[in-house]
Amino acid sequence: MVIKKIAVLRVPHKLNRSFSVSFLLFLLLALFGAFMALPLLYAVNNAFKPLDELFIFPPRFFVNNPTMDNFYDLVALMGNSWVPLSRYIGNTLLITVIGTAGHILLASAAAYPLAKYQFPGSKALFSIVVLSLMFSGHVTAIPNYMVMSWLGWINTHASIIVPSLAFSLGLFLMKQFMEQIPNALLEAAKIDGANEYRIFWNIVMPNVKPAWLTLMILQFPALWGTDGGNFIYSEKLKTLHYALGQITAGGIARAGVGAAVALLLMVVPIALFIISQSSVMQTMATSGLKE
Amino acid sequence: MQAETTRQAMPNLIRPEKKSRWATLRREVTKNKHYYILMSPYMLIFFTFTVIPVVFSMALSFFYFNMLEFPRFVGWQNYARLFLNDDIFMMALQNTFMFAVITGPVSYIACFIFAWIINELSPKVRALMTLIFYAPSLSGNVFFIWLIVFSGDRYGYLNGFLIKFGFMLEPIQWLTDEKYILAIVIIVQLWLSLGTSFLAFIAGLQNVDKSMIEAGAVDGIKNRWQELWFIILPSMRPQLMFGAVIQITGALAVADISIALAGFPSVNYAAHTIVTHLMDYGTIRFEMGYASAIATILFGIMIGTNKLTQKLLRKVGE
Repeated sequence: MVIKKIAVLRVPHKLNRSFSVSFLLFLLLALFGAFMALPLLYAVNNAFKPLDELFIFPPRFFVNNPTMDNFYDLVALMGNSWVPLSRYIGNTLLITVIGTAGHILLASAAAYPLAKYQFPGSKALFSIVVLSLMFSGHVTAIPNYMVMSWLGWINTHASIIVPSLAFSLGLFLMKQFMEQIPNALLEAAKIDGANEYRIFWNIVMPNVKPAWLTLMILQFPALWGTDGGNFIYSEKLKTLHYALGQITAGGIARAGVGAAVALLLMVVPIALFIISQSSVMQTMATSGLKE
Repeated sequence: MQAETTRQAMPNLIRPEKKSRWATLRREVTKNKHYYILMSPYMLIFFTFTVIPVVFSMALSFFYFNMLEFPRFVGWQNYARLFLNDDIFMMALQNTFMFAVITGPVSYIACFIFAWIINELSPKVRALMTLIFYAPSLSGNVFFIWLIVFSGDRYGYLNGFLIKFGFMLEPIQWLTDEKYILAIVIIVQLWLSLGTSFLAFIAGLQNVDKSMIEAGAVDGIKNRWQELWFIILPSMRPQLMFGAVIQITGALAVADISIALAGFPSVNYAAHTIVTHLMDYGTIRFEMGYASAIATILFGIMIGTNKLTQKLLRKVGE
């Protein structure tokens, strides 16, 4: 029995694995991996295709003569159009940066007391947050519109930024992650005379950096891809995703530029994920929903 | 830790006097006032844009309101109209369920299966595969790529491919033909659905206690399927619950993809869902009371499905 146990421990990763099943499973993975990756590869290729290749029949997947023309055209279009494209990019950046940073700050501030202390209402508040994970924003769309109009926020960037600050998934993940911070650390700081705000800012926040990046990865793509929804009407306040719609509506002549903007929209969130992947996985390990 | 236990013990000591419960509460609130202050900015926004709107929406569903006149109380009339007089709502309901029944479980299982296979790979390959599977949900708003794939003319990728290899002679209008729309929206939704729960599953799998798997092998677990059912799934129950919440909510809320691919409204309402119906009445017809009734029903369906699924998931591995 003991010998068997040792033998098992020596080759832990080969445990209970038959080669044929492994082969089939990895084949499945490769197949679906291709299904996931091909459309994105296609979008990348498209951005570098000259116009004649974009409209070739039968359509070709890979680019033959890669060119930067589409990006030059994009820059040219930026200068010439009624509202310069840089404006759309600026608006998108403003919304995304404020929305993401603000969300991380507010969600962390709210998560810290919920994760570490019990006080009247703490359990109820957290269960409301969990409950709100169970329905989508569409449910509240109509009252939200009325609230926005009462606040006078229609056609301002605040209408996009402010509601996104209280995204409930972010608070949930942050709270779950903060639970792992050892209480002794907080007690020690308290004994040293730090008040709650100092503890939050100087001890808790630096310890939850992986969770910051996770909240960023969840919030950033949503805001980066926002088209302004029903709230923004002025051309000069609109976002990049909206501009993409306008450009592709320009028809065949704009197909190349459209592909270039699409690449721009896609690349930024993916690059961010590559940078932050290991932190995100660390946070997700604590994401479980307890009964 | 110590502070917590003493705090919990305190109310028991003071309990006998009924009047002092309010005093205790007030004392507790003042003692913890810093925590309330820390939470207040988030909670203020959260309540303004999420909690109060849900309640408000429920109340509004009993009124007729067009944003111009003062709301008029109509009782259950909105609901009666929805279920008895609105054929398009019935279609939307049917499409949404059809859609959710397929994409919900399929995407949930796909998230888990792929996470499970990826977990066996070496760390570098694992990171790459995670990126590949997660990338579509990161670049989610670029699903117009699929418009090119399913474009109705010969330049559409699918049409071009099928014509080139002789499967058909004439291009098919994929996105305006009622037969195909729902299936296409489902495919694209699945492409986008390996999101947060997929990441949670991978992370959860990596944290399964390895010694438990070894102990299981000693106790007679013979293959990976038994290991999955008896060891891995039960120890991942919290992640499974979390993943279920995210996938169910996503599957029932489908609208953006349907609008981007099939238009709004879609041909003969073939890709009409509860959410697009809600948008129709809320943002085009401005029948806010009626739209609120739709939103309330959507809310009920979402919460109900989630609670039911959680009940089922508690049985996993038993």
